[in-house]
Amino acid sequence: MQRHPSASLNTVLYLGIALLYVPILVLIGYSFNASPLVNVWGGFSMTWYGQLLHNQELLQAALLSLEVAVAASSGAVVLGTLAAIALVRLGRFPGRLLLTGMVDAPLVMPEIITGITQLLLFVSMVHVLGWPHRGFTTIVLSHITFCSAYVAVTVQSRLQGADRSLEEAAMDLGAGPARAFLEITLPIIAPAVVSSWLLCFTLSIDDLVISSFVAGPGASTLPMVIYSKVKLGVSPDVNALASLIVCAAGICIVTAGQLMARGDRRRELEAQLAGN
Amino acid sequence: MPMTLTARPGRWLIILPPLLFLLVFFLIPFAFAFKISFAEAAPRVPPFTDVISFTADHHLRLAFSLGNYRFLFTDEVYAVAYLYSLRTAAFSTLICLLIGYPMAYAIARSPKSRQGPLLLAIMLPFWTSFLLRVYALEGIIRDNGILNTLLLHLGIIGQPLRIMHTGLAVYLGIIYSYLPFMVLPLFATLEKLDPALLEAATDLGSTPRRAFLDITLPLSAPGVIAGAMLVFIPAVGEFVIPSLLGGPNNLMIGRVLWDEFYGNHDWPVAAAVAIAFLLLLAFPIAVYQYYNLRQAEA
Repeated sequence: MQRHPSASLNTVLYLGIALLYVPILVLIGYSFNASPLVNVWGGFSMTWYGQLLHNQELLQAALLSLEVAVAASSGAVVLGTLAAIALVRLGRFPGRLLLTGMVDAPLVMPEIITGITQLLLFVSMVHVLGWPHRGFTTIVLSHITFCSAYVAVTVQSRLQGADRSLEEAAMDLGAGPARAFLEITLPIIAPAVVSSWLLCFTLSIDDLVISSFVAGPGASTLPMVIYSKVKLGVSPDVNALASLIVCAAGICIVTAGQLMARGDRRRELEAQLAGN
Repeated sequence: MPMTLTARPGRWLIILPPLLFLLVFFLIPFAFAFKISFAEAAPRVPPFTDVISFTADHHLRLAFSLGNYRFLFTDEVYAVAYLYSLRTAAFSTLICLLIGYPMAYAIARSPKSRQGPLLLAIMLPFWTSFLLRVYALEGIIRDNGILNTLLLHLGIIGQPLRIMHTGLAVYLGIIYSYLPFMVLPLFATLEKLDPALLEAATDLGSTPRRAFLDITLPLSAPGVIAGAMLVFIPAVGEFVIPSLLGGPNNLMIGRVLWDEFYGNHDWPVAAAVAIAFLLLLAFPIAVYQYYNLRQAEA
């Protein structure tokens, strides 16, 4: 499929992409509007950004969300990478089909079902074991669950594309499987691991539905606070906050994408060198 | 065949952590929800009766109540919400396909050097805050939003179009939010399509239209199925979009579940709604899993 697309196809493509971005750009535009009225342009202003710094509720929620996102993405990267290695490198083992299913299903499962079932689990666990109490811990545990599925899928595709012969060569030369993994496989999948950490971070910091169910009465993450504010109507400080989050997420994603692309290029280069 | 790590007992150090974690925190919760769906709401902590318990003289006591499921069938609101969710998700999926297919096709036919940036342009909103994108859409379509302001200003309409809090707003929200889910898997299959097949068809006298219908479309079926499932399944359970953009008539099942929990505090009924919902989704999820497995083995 290398021929140039026709003009009409390209029109649909660029219109589609434009549609994806227009609402976000409008939102960012609104965030600099001096007027609190949404349909009146009152001139350029940073007022709403300044007000964010004085909103204790938002700051506290943002801190909780950051802590959750760091903990959850780190946990998810470890579990997801292990799952990917198991599924790609370990051949047949008992429970393989189960693991495949549990890695794929969270990607499509409606969040509201995951949230409700996990809440029921946590409540029953506390009843029997006295752990985990709802709050930070339960939010992190449930974020790890859906994030590790994304990690597994990303790392899996990278591992499938990787050249096994390097690992085999290392082991022929006397390296143990652990050493071969650390010195050969890990550097190959490192870009995928790092970029999936960034993806998990943005997924976790964005999650509303699952967090709302498992957070319990005491803890509110940033999306939960934003949701309750948005429910009450449009407010200009939410515009400012939303613009900040969208830009931060955008930077994370572009970085992740570039890491992956650079890894791809390097691998192609190595393959060429190995071929010559 | 992988012989290196496979035979060692040490491999369980790799397999067990994710397997056990997902078992406990993803699969077993469904068993709990299933059990609690047979309980009754009770004013205690946790707020429902025990389904399985032991009496004082150590006898197992089972107290299954089918009341919640009976309630789902008798109270009209659930049937209406399920059907409305299925219909909304199905139509949105179709429209996403109609917009997403030409987009994916255009990217697949673009020069390789341009594919990366184009895909990134599609991916970026897909990963960027879902909640905030729905909120951003509200800024466009609300009564005093930019669309109405613009149309009024140009004199095209005399009074603001009422889009917010209607079914149309829910459709727009779902299509806007889920379009990237459709484009990415479609691109993945269209990219692999061998151009020689199309050239052969043209050489043998078929029109581009005929070649598209006979070759491209059937060969891209796996991408169509994957994209459709990725849009349809989460869209059926969508909560944020109907809740922020829809009106009181746009009751989707996700919203009913949420209200059952936060409004009525009836956890067993909510569990029953979730289980019934899951059964409803079992078929599309199985289709998606089957497709994924086949892809993985190919």
